Amino acid sequence: MRTFSLSLTMLLRDWRAGELRVLALALVIAVASVTSVAFFADRVWQALTQEANQMLGADVLLLSDHPFAPELSADAARRGLARVDGVSFVSMARAGEATQLAGVKAVSAGYPLRGKLRIAPRLNAQDAETDTLPPPGSVWLDERLSAALGAAAGAQIELGDARFTVGAVLTLEPDRGLSFFNIAPRLLMRVEDLPATGLIQTGSRARYQLYIAGARAATENYATWAKPRLVAGQRIESLGNARPEVRAGLDRAQQFLGLSSMLAVILAAVAIALSTRRYTQRHLDGYAVMRCFGALQGRLFALFSWEFVLLGLFACTLGCVLGYAGQAVIAVWLTDFVAASLPQPGFYPVLQGYAAGLLLLLGFALPPLLQLKNVPAIRVIRREVGAPRQNALAGYALGLSALAALLLWQAGEFKLGATVFGGFSAAFLVFWLVSLGALRLFALLGRAGGVSWRYGLANLRRRSRANAVQIVALALGLTVLLLLTFIRGDLLEAWRTKLPQDAPNRFVVNIQPDQVRPLAQFLAKSGIDAPTSFPMVRARLNAINGRAVSSSDYTDERAKRQIDREFNLSFMQTLPAGNQVTDGRWFTADDYAQGAVSVEVWIAERLGIKLGDRLSFSGGGADVTVPVTSVRKLDWDSMRPNFFFVTTPEALARFPASYMSTFRLSATDPLFTTRLTQAFPNLTVIDVSAIMRQVNGVLDQVIRAVEFVFLFALVAGVLVLYAALLSTQDERLQEAALMRALGARRAQVAGAQRAEFFALGLVAGLLASAGATAIGYVLAERVFQFPWQFNAVIWIVGPLAGLACVAFNAWLGGRAALNHPPMLALRES
Amino acid sequence: MIKAAGLSKVVPNGTSQLVILHEIEFEVMAGEAVAIVGASGSGKSTLLGLLAGLDTPSAGSVHLDGADLFALDEDGRAALRARLLGFVFQSFQLLPALNALENVMLPLELAGAADAARRATAMMERVGLGERLGHYPKYLSGGEQQRVALARAFVMQPKLLLADEPTGNLDAETGAAIIDLMFSLNAAAGTTLVLVTHDDAIAHRCQRQIRLVGGRILA
Repeated sequence: MRTFSLSLTMLLRDWRAGELRVLALALVIAVASVTSVAFFADRVWQALTQEANQMLGADVLLLSDHPFAPELSADAARRGLARVDGVSFVSMARAGEATQLAGVKAVSAGYPLRGKLRIAPRLNAQDAETDTLPPPGSVWLDERLSAALGAAAGAQIELGDARFTVGAVLTLEPDRGLSFFNIAPRLLMRVEDLPATGLIQTGSRARYQLYIAGARAATENYATWAKPRLVAGQRIESLGNARPEVRAGLDRAQQFLGLSSMLAVILAAVAIALSTRRYTQRHLDGYAVMRCFGALQGRLFALFSWEFVLLGLFACTLGCVLGYAGQAVIAVWLTDFVAASLPQPGFYPVLQGYAAGLLLLLGFALPPLLQLKNVPAIRVIRREVGAPRQNALAGYALGLSALAALLLWQAGEFKLGATVFGGFSAAFLVFWLVSLGALRLFALLGRAGGVSWRYGLANLRRRSRANAVQIVALALGLTVLLLLTFIRGDLLEAWRTKLPQDAPNRFVVNIQPDQVRPLAQFLAKSGIDAPTSFPMVRARLNAINGRAVSSSDYTDERAKRQIDREFNLSFMQTLPAGNQVTDGRWFTADDYAQGAVSVEVWIAERLGIKLGDRLSFSGGGADVTVPVTSVRKLDWDSMRPNFFFVTTPEALARFPASYMSTFRLSATDPLFTTRLTQAFPNLTVIDVSAIMRQVNGVLDQVIRAVEFVFLFALVAGVLVLYAALLSTQDERLQEAALMRALGARRAQVAGAQRAEFFALGLVAGLLASAGATAIGYVLAERVFQFPWQFNAVIWIVGPLAGLACVAFNAWLGGRAALNHPPMLALRES
Repeated sequence: MIKAAGLSKVVPNGTSQLVILHEIEFEVMAGEAVAIVGASGSGKSTLLGLLAGLDTPSAGSVHLDGADLFALDEDGRAALRARLLGFVFQSFQLLPALNALENVMLPLELAGAADAARRATAMMERVGLGERLGHYPKYLSGGEQQRVALARAFVMQPKLLLADEPTGNLDAETGAAIIDLMFSLNAAAGTTLVLVTHDDAIAHRCQRQIRLVGGRILA
């Protein structure tokens, strides 16, 4: 207790004397950076978990493309679980002359088991929650369908062979997702009314749902029991895999933001190492004096350790508070990603913040503190007994391990974490070596010139290590900023210009074979070029080389989902534009005769499909087995319809096919889509440009969030600069005092400092420009595959920014050297 | 109070050995004031370091208040220092992050004294710095810094005070004032004093002088 309270006293005294401010600030920034992302992620996860059940409309949702075996429902009943049956399909709805393709959902009483339906009495009226379903013989239409059919409440509509009364406007269904069926306007009805429509026959394309809800343990047990009993075409959605596309997207966003936040942590680690080193250097004498007073080594070590731990706890607390404020900014900037109201974060991010902060402190402050233990007490009498030396790399092995552990933790997977750690290490090493070389060169240049210039540049070499650290830190921070400002703009611009001006902006799906020609004529009459139409066949991949495939064969989540679904296959004679055969060859005359399939490279890798494999597909009552004769690479950014599997035309001849078309609609005809759907009521027209605008919007938001996280890195970078400057400040103060004592004018002292700082800023800025250009090049050529364009502005802005940062630092630190009375500086030495 | 026997210190010097102290033998009685004098490089500071147990000898022994210093380990010697010794250094050795009062409080705090602030304040007043308690070392003159160092040494009421060239960094006038203060505090407390100096005038204010030449005591 006595040690603890004395440590607290020492901490307060050191704080007052300004000995620990940089260290504390570095910790605060690191923790704030980590926790801002962690708090945000935690709130989103909580929201997802809370809302997942509502998104499903149940606790467990079974999906199937054919009716469920009765035992699945019976077993749920036996377990006392609530159940609801559902069937979804697409069909034409008619109201007088008006027809419209509708996504129909027929459900049994009790739907939804989780979440609520909302209905309004008429279009644009205030909606309200309801616990009921449409009464028998009536249906609820969503706003789009109600408007398209001109069918208000009380109107009659036809669906298949049955007539229904419109009961209300459906404004919200909890389990409405983003699947194909949901593109069409919605209609909700009772499952009991379904037989009268005659729409569901054997082989009809419908999706069946079995909604289950009840006590948590019972539903989990049921899911475990049901899983092995599902057959091909059936899958289970539960809390864990609800909204996988949202989860996967957020997972990736969090991973990216988490790793971005690590840049601040890495730079903060450098600042912590530098400031602790300075602290221990300045406390060597004090430590020796305390040893003279009879303080035991263990006690002194405990005193200093407690002081640092206390400092760490205070800094982590402040960092967590700042991080909490920071997450609010991220949440505001990512509004399209997250719900308007997120639950409050839990305690886990706080633990994460403390763990990260204390791990950094332990890793980078403990080695210099341990060094204090080796200070000989005789130093108080014989100053020539210097500080104990140690191998810097060995000394910081603990810190580097801590940093690697933090990176792996943030990355969530070994390979990514190791790659990032390796990347940072390589960047550090390259920047470090180039800095040392550049400093040497400047020192050579400095041999000519005035006394200030000569003296200043000579310092570069003399303090080469400290200077190289400053350059590396500043260069890393600036690299990131240049990337985010200039390279990002270049890449986005390159991507936008890569899309041809006449790229299609409308997709039309569900075109029946006999509508292809009339549709082309309709478009031609409206002055639109003949569209490119592609046949589309929905089929499931059943077997590879005769061996049945199942989602359980794959670990990759996306591969699993693909296997569980039907693929959209196409057939064609010529290789479509934007496709490139990377393995094998495009269909030959023999292939046309015998049947063959060409596979997209990504899906081939995911599913383990190789050239020559025989793939078996089935769908719509037909099946076919064809050999893989080529693997294709696609240009996914081309805005053209792309297909994972393309077969020869004959191969899919027995499968029911529909067509999809793309065309470009100019902005001058806003009513064209309405006229088109009136002429072809069964078509679904998708406005791709609206989707693109949404994608761009989300991209901008993500970039803004990343920029915000990188702000921490920038502050940390400036802090490293300041810490590095402080680490040489005592020496600078003494030198300045000596120079002035020897008669140097203020201008001469300032000139020497300016020469040194000018070189530092210039080298750091140039390195940052080179780094940003190199990363931009790799991103353009390798990742996004755009032609890379040289940006000359970076090479002007980089060095200018470097000089500005160093000038700011020099102003802070240099002022002290000039304003510090020489007598005081010499006395302190 | 002090008994040094056969005390030698030899350090490697390239390929040869450099003898800094050669078989030093002397005793200091309790309450006695002894000056160790000699030219630069004669081994004075090394001898003082050995007497305090800050360094270890190549041969010989030192007994402090009956305890064999070098039979103890590093922490044992530190504990003995805490019980017996006070120090005054040529370069003052005040901690720059602590103000004057806190520098004086430090040894008391390390020893766990409950009334550290009160005792340190009283001691600062005795050395004439009652008005400068909150000043940091860099804002104190050399003489004032050494007064703080004296206060820090005497506040623990040590049995033995070791002073290493206490006026070495001061001008003659200030140095004389510091020596006056040190001797008066020493007399008041009845402390045994071992003073290292190259100044004969200061040495002669002690009851006895031990003169070192080339690491040997000049008989």
